[in-house]
Amino acid sequence: MKQKITLTLNGARRSAEVEPRLSLVDFLRDQLGLTGTHIGCEHGVCGACSVLFDDDPIRACLMFAVQADGHAITTVEGLREEDGSLGILQDSFWETHALQCGYCTPGMLIAGQALLARNPDPSDEEIREAIAGNLCRCTGYVQIVDAIRLAGARMRQMPPATDREAGDD
Amino acid sequence: MKAAAFDFCRAESLEQVLEELSSAAGEARIIAGGQSLVAMMAMRLARPEKLIDINHVGALAGIDDGDGMVTIKACTRQATALQSAIITREVPMLAAALPYVGHIQTRNRGTIGGSIAHGDPTAEILLAATALGARVTLASIGGVRSLAVADFALGAMETAAREDECLTEVVFPKPPRELALSAAVDEISPRAGDYAVIGAAAEIGLDAEGRCRHARLASSGAAPVPVLASPVAQALAGSRLEDTEIDEAVRLLDPLLDPESDVQASAAYRRRVAPGMLARVIKRARDQARNPTT
Repeated sequence: MKQKITLTLNGARRSAEVEPRLSLVDFLRDQLGLTGTHIGCEHGVCGACSVLFDDDPIRACLMFAVQADGHAITTVEGLREEDGSLGILQDSFWETHALQCGYCTPGMLIAGQALLARNPDPSDEEIREAIAGNLCRCTGYVQIVDAIRLAGARMRQMPPATDREAGDD
Repeated sequence: MKAAAFDFCRAESLEQVLEELSSAAGEARIIAGGQSLVAMMAMRLARPEKLIDINHVGALAGIDDGDGMVTIKACTRQATALQSAIITREVPMLAAALPYVGHIQTRNRGTIGGSIAHGDPTAEILLAATALGARVTLASIGGVRSLAVADFALGAMETAAREDECLTEVVFPKPPRELALSAAVDEISPRAGDYAVIGAAAEIGLDAEGRCRHARLASSGAAPVPVLASPVAQALAGSRLEDTEIDEAVRLLDPLLDPESDVQASAAYRRRVAPGMLARVIKRARDQARNPTT
């Protein structure tokens, strides 16, 4: 039987009706059309489906959408700037050629964003730990580490958030 | 790779969890972090008719720093325990084990009680709980009982929990305060955060003369459940833990082992590597206990 859920998705409130068996990642992609979050292994190994759940990175294939009721989800679509341009971390991936096929990229971006939110100046070891749950079969990871390091440096040069235009709620 | 249909119940209290379990007559499963269960459901290795979600039961989350023991409520996230000053100070072996448990994304959902209730024989939380002699509390409509983890974990994915019981907390004894104490955990795994092939955990306490007065040792991956290495601990009691003494003592682990071959490693490999892994963590804990600042 379908259940009604209400969640905050990339800052906006959304309501939907979901079957309990619907995974969070299938809900995002199929029901909401947010195909930025990728499905790789579908059993918690590859990290491609990573999203932020109440600001913590989690695997969206290992949760049911019904469990997201009342919580806040941020997907890769939520990482862009308000004008639609690439966010700092996304632009840094572009700058350092941190993607080839792009399949792992949404998960890598979520993992990197979560790290930099907590630790603005991570060591390479800390960056590697943060993306250890995300598989990439193309890059060899070196340029992904470069990108997250570069994004951290760029974010540290940003003016404090209070100087920027305040968002409305 | 999609879970079969099921009914979903978001429980608001422990009483509701226990009533749902009782009325489901074995057809319901509790979901906490779901980091193993949802994958098993996707692969149709598990097909419960009902999921009872305990993530919003306040009484099932939290860490209590008690008298001589630390109680971790079942639905406490692994990430929360990893960041807990109480765990770092009072259950150092668990603090050493948690970085090996999955990845950041899975530790943000995965729980302490869920890992033990799942009964994976190579799980690091079960390894530490076995080594430390932790106990689990199981609740049902009929009442509450406490079991040593060693009596709870019966085999691979097999536990003593009845179908109508919910694991509500894990109780870890605190180590003796008067000793120089340290703990170490290590494992061999195909990649960081993956399932362990062979693991070991050691908590060592040294007296003022550097003699071993406290040793909690366990090995995983070479038997259907983690093995408490009591004979090794007894052989080392009172010794200065020289390398040769440790290398000799860990040979006593062998008779306790019952390894099986699988895709990761042969039984012969597991039997050969397990004592060496135990020796490694004993030496590491000893070194840290001798030089607490390093």
